[in-house]
Amino acid sequence: MSFEVPDDLRYMESHEWTSTDDGSVRIGITDFAQDELGDVVFVELPGEGDEVTHGEEFGVVESIKAVSDLYSPVSGTVTAVNEDLFDQPELVNEDPFGDGWMLEVDPSDRDALDELLSADEYRDQIE
Amino acid sequence: MALRKPPLRAVHDGRGAKFTEFGGWDMPVEFDSIRDEHTAVRESVGIFDVSHMSEIRVSGPDATALMQRLTSNDVTRLDPGDSQYSTITDDEGTILDDTVVYRLPLDDEHDEDDDPTYLFIPNAGHDEQMYDRWTEFRDDWDLDATVDDVTEEWAMFAVQGPDSPDLVGDEAGSAVLDLSKFQATWADVEGARCLVARTGYTGEDGFEILCPWDAAEDVWSAFDCQPCGLGARDTLRIEMGFLLSGQDFDPESEPRNPYEAGVGFTVKLDTEFVGRDALATVKEEGIDESFVGLTLLDRGVARAGYELTDEDGDVVGHVTSGTMSPTLGEAVALGYLPTELAEPGTRVNVVVRGREKRAEVTETPFLNQ
Repeated sequence: MSFEVPDDLRYMESHEWTSTDDGSVRIGITDFAQDELGDVVFVELPGEGDEVTHGEEFGVVESIKAVSDLYSPVSGTVTAVNEDLFDQPELVNEDPFGDGWMLEVDPSDRDALDELLSADEYRDQIE
Repeated sequence: MALRKPPLRAVHDGRGAKFTEFGGWDMPVEFDSIRDEHTAVRESVGIFDVSHMSEIRVSGPDATALMQRLTSNDVTRLDPGDSQYSTITDDEGTILDDTVVYRLPLDDEHDEDDDPTYLFIPNAGHDEQMYDRWTEFRDDWDLDATVDDVTEEWAMFAVQGPDSPDLVGDEAGSAVLDLSKFQATWADVEGARCLVARTGYTGEDGFEILCPWDAAEDVWSAFDCQPCGLGARDTLRIEMGFLLSGQDFDPESEPRNPYEAGVGFTVKLDTEFVGRDALATVKEEGIDESFVGLTLLDRGVARAGYELTDEDGDVVGHVTSGTMSPTLGEAVALGYLPTELAEPGTRVNVVVRGREKRAEVTETPFLNQ
């Protein structure tokens, strides 16, 4: 089975991704992670204005069979939350890098993004 | 300890299943998606490999006496080909395991004048414990019965769902369509002699099929329908409020008697069995805690081990099983509450990661069948 790993994103060993856009970055979980979890039924996320910290929990994703903590790839302030996930948590399965995004965060230390795994490094990890 | 493997471990792996350890066995938990597998069983038909279930055969002149004294239900009510749900209790009346007891149907070698032969199905990983229990009590009581652990001689599949009669009738012969609930018959599937029973753990019409271990692949392949893993088996049984051994009761971590666990109907106090006297006292005095269904009113999922609190925030019970119900789209759970809070409609809270979520005691099955 092969999983999508977009080249333009950065990754955590714990299977979260972040974009590297100017301004706020987008955060979600990977295609591999959603497949491991199976049918996602519930997502718990922080609110706009909350602070998240690199490597620390920022929320929870639950599938039918498992509960999994979400770890933030970046430190910063939450600028947007994907509220569609509250009614349609299955978007995480259907489109993990697109409509299944979770947060937008204004990073306090943009250089820290470079220390995350590249797409190639993450591919090595999940193979 | 190495995990025990069902005969079709490699076949399931080739089909892309994900696996999980359950009761010491390496079993498929998900083939495609728990939701899709669940829906197939509710709306059409699906097949489960449940070869991790134990099988113990009891035969000989005193087989009936031995079965009667070690299970809470009344085996003398079983005609050949009948089965019953039952519990196995200790001296205190605590459930050690729950099981289905089959009185095997007649065949060419067994007629009505022969002593009954029984096959009972303890849960995964309980075969050795139950074999020991049966043989020790047999010897203590000086009974003439033969006890065999045949767990690794029989594979077991469950074909479940509203379309299962068509499928099983085609493959096993139309005689299986005449079976009532909890009846079983011998039938040939792909040339293998199987025990086909109208039993299951999903709440749907369906069949459980015991087939010889070495015919497992032929028999499994004969039923062309959605393969389902233990994940869907769990969501289906939770929607029905069915107990899971080792989780909703367990002699060590969740000691419960059949009345507390909501299966008092399996207790026949007019029979003699281990635990009978203790259970007679429980029945007379009533139970302090009861097994209940719960529906969450707030967003969230209740899981095994989560605490239940009352209006004042005091811990009054806990969840033993919980999931997001794929059929209802609601979070449902099973657990124990003080009997005075067990009335359907009673408001309690489930503590999810430190936060109270509102829940309501709900009659089971959650589904209106």
